[in-house]
Amino acid sequence: MNRHLARRFLGRLGLYVSVLLLVSPAVLFFLWMLSLSLKNELDNTAWPPVFIPNPPTLANFVDVFAKNDFLTYTINSVIVSFSATGLALLFGVPAAYGIAKTKATKAAALILIARVTPGLSYLIPLFLLFQYLGLIGTLAPLVITHLVITVPIVVWVMIGFFEGLPGELEEAALMDGATIWQAFVYVAMPLARPGITVAMILAFIFSWNNFIFGVVLAGRTTRTLPVAVYNVLTFEQISWGPLAAAALIVTAPVLLLTLLMQKEIVAGLTAGGVKGG
Amino acid sequence: MSMTTAINVPIISGPRAYGRRYWVFAVPAAAVVLVVILFPWLFTLYMSVHDWKVTGDTPYVGLANYAKMLSDERFLYAVVRTLYFTAASVVAPLILGVWAAVCFASKFRLRGLARTLFVLPMMATPVAISLVWTMMFHPQLGVLNYLLTSVGLPPSTWVYDASTVIPTLVMVETWQWTPLVMLIVLGGIASLPTDPYEAAILDGASAWQMFRHITLPLVWPFIMVAAVIRLIDALKTFDTIYVITLGGPGTASETINILLYQTAFAYYDLGYGSAMVVVFFVLILLISLLLLRIRQREDLR
Repeated sequence: MNRHLARRFLGRLGLYVSVLLLVSPAVLFFLWMLSLSLKNELDNTAWPPVFIPNPPTLANFVDVFAKNDFLTYTINSVIVSFSATGLALLFGVPAAYGIAKTKATKAAALILIARVTPGLSYLIPLFLLFQYLGLIGTLAPLVITHLVITVPIVVWVMIGFFEGLPGELEEAALMDGATIWQAFVYVAMPLARPGITVAMILAFIFSWNNFIFGVVLAGRTTRTLPVAVYNVLTFEQISWGPLAAAALIVTAPVLLLTLLMQKEIVAGLTAGGVKGG
Repeated sequence: MSMTTAINVPIISGPRAYGRRYWVFAVPAAAVVLVVILFPWLFTLYMSVHDWKVTGDTPYVGLANYAKMLSDERFLYAVVRTLYFTAASVVAPLILGVWAAVCFASKFRLRGLARTLFVLPMMATPVAISLVWTMMFHPQLGVLNYLLTSVGLPPSTWVYDASTVIPTLVMVETWQWTPLVMLIVLGGIASLPTDPYEAAILDGASAWQMFRHITLPLVWPFIMVAAVIRLIDALKTFDTIYVITLGGPGTASETINILLYQTAFAYYDLGYGSAMVVVFFVLILLISLLLLRIRQREDLR
């Protein structure tokens, strides 16, 4: 009995040590990011490094907004990610419903191919197309290219959800004389609302995080936040404090969303192995 | 006209007749796919057989761009480098991810919080985390070398030397994407039946024996799915390498994707860049299909 207890105890200990080892690289990384952003330049370049900001200062954050056009970039990012997510839901949710109902696995395979293709490979032709259309320098090319990320995510997540719904309710609605559109809007959509939430969050996050499309397609005034952080700050300011503060500003919305909606995000990611770009 | 409609109404009112029109739902999305996905593919193929610079004529050159790749040392090195980076970036997250999945499958206090914290690296904006990693890699002032020297290890050159740059980038990739492997495998473990475990416990099996002989074989299909996804993503890695090293020092970390970017958008050789896209895409497809084949073979056994 004692041996059994000892083994159980060792097992628990092993589990806790494992979890600690696995989680600490993530936790320590983000804590260090926070620490860098809250310290003055003297402490940031000190050796040995100063770990806990004393006293913490918000000067770096003020700096980021005062010295750069960060507000414009934030607005750009918000416009692009919200538009790309909204449009993807508008196009993707009905498409996923159609695919799920007709069991068109070939259409689903097309979505998979979009997942396999490197984001960069869309950019050469689209760059020329947008140049030809005179759209370079506006936000339109960014919204359109972000659909490459958001539409497949929405379709992929929603196919799974619609396939999981019992069909009887829609059948009943159709029997009562509803059109398939009505059955979709009034019966299937409300039932699939949790799925739509998942698809929306994931599409938004991966659009927000996208860097590669902006690097090629954004002009001086149409940069999204990730592009701005890379382009503006790394060249014009080399000091660590503002750089860490800017990095934190860019990724904070995503981190907060992940912490608040962890259940939905985990469900969506587990289902599809979704990733943008 | 009105006669035929009147006759048709009762026929199409049944649910079965409506079934045929579900494809209409996919039309708007199909239009989007056509513009942003299909058009680029076809146009890339077209450009890849032309000598296409941003300005000037674009004469047809046949397969010259493809032939050029075979003798282009920079491209061939990039291929080798990409395969090296990819192999390491598949294996390391896979091992750690399975370990993490097994841990997160058992119940313990604060499991939800721990899992969320563990998932953060893959959700965070790649550019943001890359910048912070860059600061941490700083040879004189970086916190990583401080940590190494404080435990008595020699400092590393991290991304500032050709010999350490790819292992360092693999470390970043592993840190970032192990959570995705964990989530997929965790999904697999959650779907397992409990009876084999109960029987094994009665037989006095150890935790390792249960993992080796029950969990591992049963979740193997999920591990293979994670492997394929990881493989595709590792081949495509761009943001972190671009931000942290831009392919440097020299070309020591220049993968196909980075070279592709440079060719198309720094040297504006769009024709050659397009040919590289085609080869890169074929390479990705081939490797993924190969891995899927291996999985099917194993299913047959």
